[in-house]
Amino acid sequence: MFETFKVKAEAVSAEVHRFATRAEALAFIMDFLEQEGVADTPQSYALWAQCPFLKGLDQRQLAKAVPGLKFEVTRELAADSKIGISQMDWALANTGTIVQDSTSVAQRLVSTLPLIHLALLATDRMLADLPALLTKVNPRESAYLAMITGPSRTADIERVLTIGVHGPERLIIVVVDELGGLS
Amino acid sequence: MAISKAFRERIEKAVHSPTLTGALGRFSEAYRISRAQAYEGIDFEALRSRIAEIKASAASQFEVLAERFTEQAESKGAKVFRTSSPEAVKEYILKLARENGVRSVVKSKSMASEELHLNPYLERAGIAVRETDLGEWIIQLAGQRPSHMVLPAIHMTKEEVADLFSKEIHERLSTNIPRLVKVARHELRGKFLEAEMGISGANIAVAETGSIVLVTNEGNGRLVTTLPKIHVAIVGLEKLVASFADIVPILTALPRSATAQLLTSYVSIITGPTPTTDGTMKELHIILMDNRRTAMAQDPKFKQALQCIRCASCLNVCPVFRLVGGHVFGQVYTGGIGTILTAWFEELKKSEEIQGLCIQCGNCKGVCPGKIDIPELILEIRRRLVKEQGQPLLEKAMYAVVNNRRLFHSLLRTASAAQAPFAREGFIRHLPMFLSKLTDFRSLPAIAATPFRDRMKDIAQPKTGEKVVFFAGCLIDFAYPTMGEAVVKILNQAGIEVVFPETQTCCGAPARYSGAYEVAGQSALANIHALLETKADYVISACPTCTVALKYEFINTFEGLGQTQGLPEARELSAKVVDCSSLVKRLVEGGRLAFKAAEQLETFTYHDSCHLKRTLNVFEEPRELLKETGYDLVEMFEADICCGMGGSYSLKLPEISAPILERKLKNIKETGASLVAMDCPGCAMQIKGGFDKEGSAVTVKHTVELLAERLE
Repeated sequence: MFETFKVKAEAVSAEVHRFATRAEALAFIMDFLEQEGVADTPQSYALWAQCPFLKGLDQRQLAKAVPGLKFEVTRELAADSKIGISQMDWALANTGTIVQDSTSVAQRLVSTLPLIHLALLATDRMLADLPALLTKVNPRESAYLAMITGPSRTADIERVLTIGVHGPERLIIVVVDELGGLS
Repeated sequence: MAISKAFRERIEKAVHSPTLTGALGRFSEAYRISRAQAYEGIDFEALRSRIAEIKASAASQFEVLAERFTEQAESKGAKVFRTSSPEAVKEYILKLARENGVRSVVKSKSMASEELHLNPYLERAGIAVRETDLGEWIIQLAGQRPSHMVLPAIHMTKEEVADLFSKEIHERLSTNIPRLVKVARHELRGKFLEAEMGISGANIAVAETGSIVLVTNEGNGRLVTTLPKIHVAIVGLEKLVASFADIVPILTALPRSATAQLLTSYVSIITGPTPTTDGTMKELHIILMDNRRTAMAQDPKFKQALQCIRCASCLNVCPVFRLVGGHVFGQVYTGGIGTILTAWFEELKKSEEIQGLCIQCGNCKGVCPGKIDIPELILEIRRRLVKEQGQPLLEKAMYAVVNNRRLFHSLLRTASAAQAPFAREGFIRHLPMFLSKLTDFRSLPAIAATPFRDRMKDIAQPKTGEKVVFFAGCLIDFAYPTMGEAVVKILNQAGIEVVFPETQTCCGAPARYSGAYEVAGQSALANIHALLETKADYVISACPTCTVALKYEFINTFEGLGQTQGLPEARELSAKVVDCSSLVKRLVEGGRLAFKAAEQLETFTYHDSCHLKRTLNVFEEPRELLKETGYDLVEMFEADICCGMGGSYSLKLPEISAPILERKLKNIKETGASLVAMDCPGCAMQIKGGFDKEGSAVTVKHTVELLAERLE
């Protein structure tokens, strides 16, 4: 299922990475933040919404390692962030879609306003398709269910596909095998 | 239903705008291919049957579903406002805005709000409204209306967009599209953050759970529903479905049909309010708007139109839409489905001119994920307009003549003599005075000196006991009698007697397609009588339009008129009707017909006639027969797209017929084949006339003519 997911997600310009352990994934993320020039100045922050992945990690330590990495989500910080990080609840293999119960506004702020959205996902949360998802979610319990398939896009000017309009222009999906127990 | 000068001018302007026709043309060509890819591995027929079922069932119980939806959404804290009046929707929103001190509104795309003309209303009240969908924003800056439901600014060039944006931000911008998109991101970001109210539409509203589903690509939908403290969703009643599971087929079809995506970038399912960024709860107002949808649901014919999921694929495959674009259609909804929605949400009269744009090719019917018979509903509009306003005098006079067979046929014979000064080599290339437009873009066929009905008398028939009755139709009878002779030759060769009752007359299609059902009904009765009287085993025709009339439309016309007289006979006739290529194919397969030993003949290309391909579902038979006789097939691009003839359409709207034909001729020529075959004398008339006019050497033949030449 992962392979199908990867193919479909990449076909819509998402970037997909898979790691066996949380430690490896974390190393990748910290590297990535540095490479992208995350810094403690507006427009260069990275904003990480609270999620199971962070459980037990020393957030102050992480923030110290990469200045500009923040964990307290506000609308102002989200608007000033280059990168937003959040953890997804499910993924749909046949369309390359990630899905989240985004009832908490913080989860939406980090995935709508920044230029780059880095989405975490436990490998075992992969589902085949939309009908499979419907057996897992209940809209009566999740006020805002968000499905994301690739970065923001438009073709409104002369039908030319252009990535990154109002939402993120890059969607980086980090799939972690070991995350199963944490999600 | 006369066509006004102003309307003709709008058409002329659109057709001669290279920007518009270029953009739409390229898009429609690409769409056909990408849509097919998006649907790979999916049983489209099963999918759309399911959607039609879900939506039809919802439309039959709007009241129940609206109540259920209200209950469910309100139990989750949303406020639901139901109204039948567009005015009440606007007043509700304005009152809400005033009570909450709203000065700035951001909107994501909502066709329902277009229907209300909401933006100018709020702006007059001093509230700033920003469209945030890129296309909608462009249109708003340009002071225009969307020309397409999914791609509102498809008629504009990057140069025009660059000019608009330059003015808006007071900086000269180049035409670099990614840069222009960034400008929109930057400019609108501030508006999202400052707005106190977000207005959206909804693609689906689920009664079972009180949820609304938003399908978007740019991310503006997520911002509109997340940042402002108030969210207003304007939802047409037709968006209701009964259960949560119903969203699956709709979400499977909508992105594929709309933009050839497996899924759009964002799908948001909202059930009740969520916390806002300051920790308070958002105010969620859902407006369920009727605006004649309930009335539509009660109409036995038009209730079907509520199965629409607003994908706009009917626009994307329409040979007329890609020439004229959306603005010719009017203010809000455009294209085929738009014509129907305009007739209802505005008024029947508003659709008077635009309904005439439909050439009845049936392309839209084949791709509609809601399984709506759009061409049939447009005919129904025509019928009701004629009922309400009567037929224009000239048309009325024309049908009076057609309905009097003796008069009609003797007029045709007189015309054959009168045309002498204009006819050369079987063509009329120029006509004087007010008729000159008819020969502007294609030569017309000269009326044959001896019609088929007279020639038939001289062809001795085998008496084998197996009998076929041949329905010639006006074009074969009076313009292309050799096509009729070819049919007779082929059937005789198989040992079949062909009979031709002289009392057969026009099949009634022109009248029916003009909404004159009574006239069509009278022709139907005369023909049914003439054909059944022969006690033949089969009824065959070499004209797909006639074939469809005999097989389906006599019945439909009677049913439409609520007439039982002739109905059983129409059904009896229908069972006997077969198109020419299908019958010949059967005879060949049964070993009753053979062609000369195969030799390498020239290369040909095949043009699919609308009625044969889409109504009769025949397209392999003629190709296989011609290949069997030794011709080499090379397919043309868009072989099954209309040639622009459409019966009397080409006479009523030559402005549109001509460029459609031009495209067809180009596609034929690009194959390099010197021969093009087709199964329809109407298409042959259009295409032959076009090639004659431009002096091309491509031979145009009816399949039966080519087959008759190759009989053993």
